[in-house]
Amino acid sequence: MEKLLLLGDEAIAQGFIDAGGSAINSYPGTPSTQITEYVMKSKQAKELGVRANWCANEKTALEASIGVAYAGKRAMTCMKHVGLNVCGDPFMNAAIIGTKGVLVVVADDPSMFSSQDEQDSRFYGHWAMIPMLEPSNQQEAYDMVHFGFELSESLGTPVLYRIPTRLAHSRAGVVRKPVRKQNELTEPADAKSFVLLPANAKRLYRELIDKQPAFTQASETSGYNKFIEGENKKLGIITTGIAYNYLMENFPGGKCPYPVVKITQYPLPYNMINKLYEEVDEILVLEDGQPFVEEHIKGFLGKGKKVMGRLDETIRRDGELNAEKVAKALGMKAQAEFSIPDVVTARPPALCQGCPHFDSYTALNEVMANHKGGKVFGDIGCYTLGFNMGAIQTTVCMGASITMAKGASEVGIFPAVAVIGDGTFGHSGMTGLLDCVNEKANVVVMILDNDITAMTGGQPSSANNKIRKICEGLGVEPEHIRDIIPLPKHHEENVRVIEEEVNYNGVSVIIPHRTCIVELKKHLKK
Amino acid sequence: MKKDIVLCGVGGDGIVSVAKIISDAALNMGLNLKQSEIHGMSQRGGSVFSHLRLSSEEIFADVIPEGHADIILSSEPMEALRYLPWLAKDGWIITNNEPFVNIQNYPDMEKVNAELGKIKNLVSFNATEIAKAIKARPNMVLLGATVPYLDIELGKVEEAISHIFGNKGAEVVEQNMQALHAGYEQAKK
Repeated sequence: MEKLLLLGDEAIAQGFIDAGGSAINSYPGTPSTQITEYVMKSKQAKELGVRANWCANEKTALEASIGVAYAGKRAMTCMKHVGLNVCGDPFMNAAIIGTKGVLVVVADDPSMFSSQDEQDSRFYGHWAMIPMLEPSNQQEAYDMVHFGFELSESLGTPVLYRIPTRLAHSRAGVVRKPVRKQNELTEPADAKSFVLLPANAKRLYRELIDKQPAFTQASETSGYNKFIEGENKKLGIITTGIAYNYLMENFPGGKCPYPVVKITQYPLPYNMINKLYEEVDEILVLEDGQPFVEEHIKGFLGKGKKVMGRLDETIRRDGELNAEKVAKALGMKAQAEFSIPDVVTARPPALCQGCPHFDSYTALNEVMANHKGGKVFGDIGCYTLGFNMGAIQTTVCMGASITMAKGASEVGIFPAVAVIGDGTFGHSGMTGLLDCVNEKANVVVMILDNDITAMTGGQPSSANNKIRKICEGLGVEPEHIRDIIPLPKHHEENVRVIEEEVNYNGVSVIIPHRTCIVELKKHLKK
Repeated sequence: MKKDIVLCGVGGDGIVSVAKIISDAALNMGLNLKQSEIHGMSQRGGSVFSHLRLSSEEIFADVIPEGHADIILSSEPMEALRYLPWLAKDGWIITNNEPFVNIQNYPDMEKVNAELGKIKNLVSFNATEIAKAIKARPNMVLLGATVPYLDIELGKVEEAISHIFGNKGAEVVEQNMQALHAGYEQAKK
């Protein structure tokens, strides 16, 4: 079969197309974006009639996948780790339903290259009591999409598929499998399973509990979890996902002297781990993420053989795993020859030259300078970089700019300004604005409209060309929805408009509208 | 054969394209490879890097452990220094020596050059100037200067450029070839 050079993300996407997937519904988020993007651009997917959509947010996306599964077809929804919080509701309930043919792909971001936290999605999968997959390389990333659908369809459960940033954004050669046919349109075998009335839900939850031994059995026998023999029984090592590579990197030719349990499928393979425990003196757990496995096998009382890992900080608990950290945990020497000279200074990311947000912030900063005590509540996107211009005081989660401004304004902060992008507004800003209107909150909401979801590389924004209408529909007074153009030549006018709306006691929306400079350049090139 | 390469620079300067070209050549030679890169927030004018690992043996980690890089290929002099912990004892630095100043506290160039001068195996030259003269991008000039240290024949890299830029037209391919050759000549000086 053909060998392709693919990012981990792209391997998952190609796997989805080849495994007979029918629809992928997602919301962009680093490092998961390239999965859905790949399917969108794939000629093969187009020819096979595979649907690929960007949705308003992760919740609407996953619900669409449950709909696809209801129709009997294979579905995938991809997101970054914090996106799983947004779709927590359909995620937990898809598990109860026992939704067949659904893969929920979550890209975690250890070391927070482009995120607000390091939450490890495996805790969610465990909580939902569903099988999880965590491939260790690009080939497995491809293969395990095929396998994930088989597992989902044979066991009657959605499957959580977890990758970290390094696998998502690293390329390697991937050998393809034969293309599988999509499923036919069918009625659910159990019509009541999609009706989560208490009477049905109670039965279904019991069924989910009863499926657990089968889930564990699959982990023992699928071949994806491996017990690798080793002569030196002083230590036994458990690796999950790509941590296996960081272990083997330290042994030429991958010849590790210690016995290893390599985990890429959950629930944890009890027999394999028990066998390891029986034959070694101590256990070291290597995982790129939070100490999920370590916490499970250690036990609350800490009795029995010593289990080391990130929980006891044998390996630093925060930050991504790497070969150096593993070497240190194994008592091996670090090999760095040189260090960073003192002359090197930090070069943090910054707004691009010619970015419209820069002009919006310059105007806003001028207004806020005259209102001591005023606060600007920021949101998630390129414009978060306005922090470096002293323009925003908060960034918490998608949509929180508007709702935090509302809460703060109601207990005395004036002026309370929210700054949110068009993409984030479509994701989860609209409901917050409705709250503001209903409470007649004294807030100024600036919706920075650059026509695109810029930070993740230019995906369409769900509220594009609809922002004014949405605001009007939510009840913002039309005369307090102001359009401005964020350009230096309009600076004075923009300052005046912002000042006027700050002084209006009620909900104001200001829409600075100018296309993202990176997008504009892309179009000019075409 | 084993080559671990750290490619680094400033977001938007095209180091990922260079990594892609080397990868394409390596794949055609039947080598194993892993190439890791960074997307998202860090891309916006900040310091960026990509790790490229080529080997005839199995490659495990997607990222190069510290002290293992055979080559640091940098589009910017201070950025080359930032990734020094990855450089192997006998590794090479190939860097553009034209600074990209998008921060207020950019250090004195004399000091930057002094630090670079401490590296035994160094190719440092003004790739921006060479690129300007032939209306090309510095990243391709730097790629050319790296070829002699890659254990990959120039012809294989040329093939990769034709392959990757082919759909952008003959003119783009020719421009990149010219830049590649200019860099290649520079490294031989």
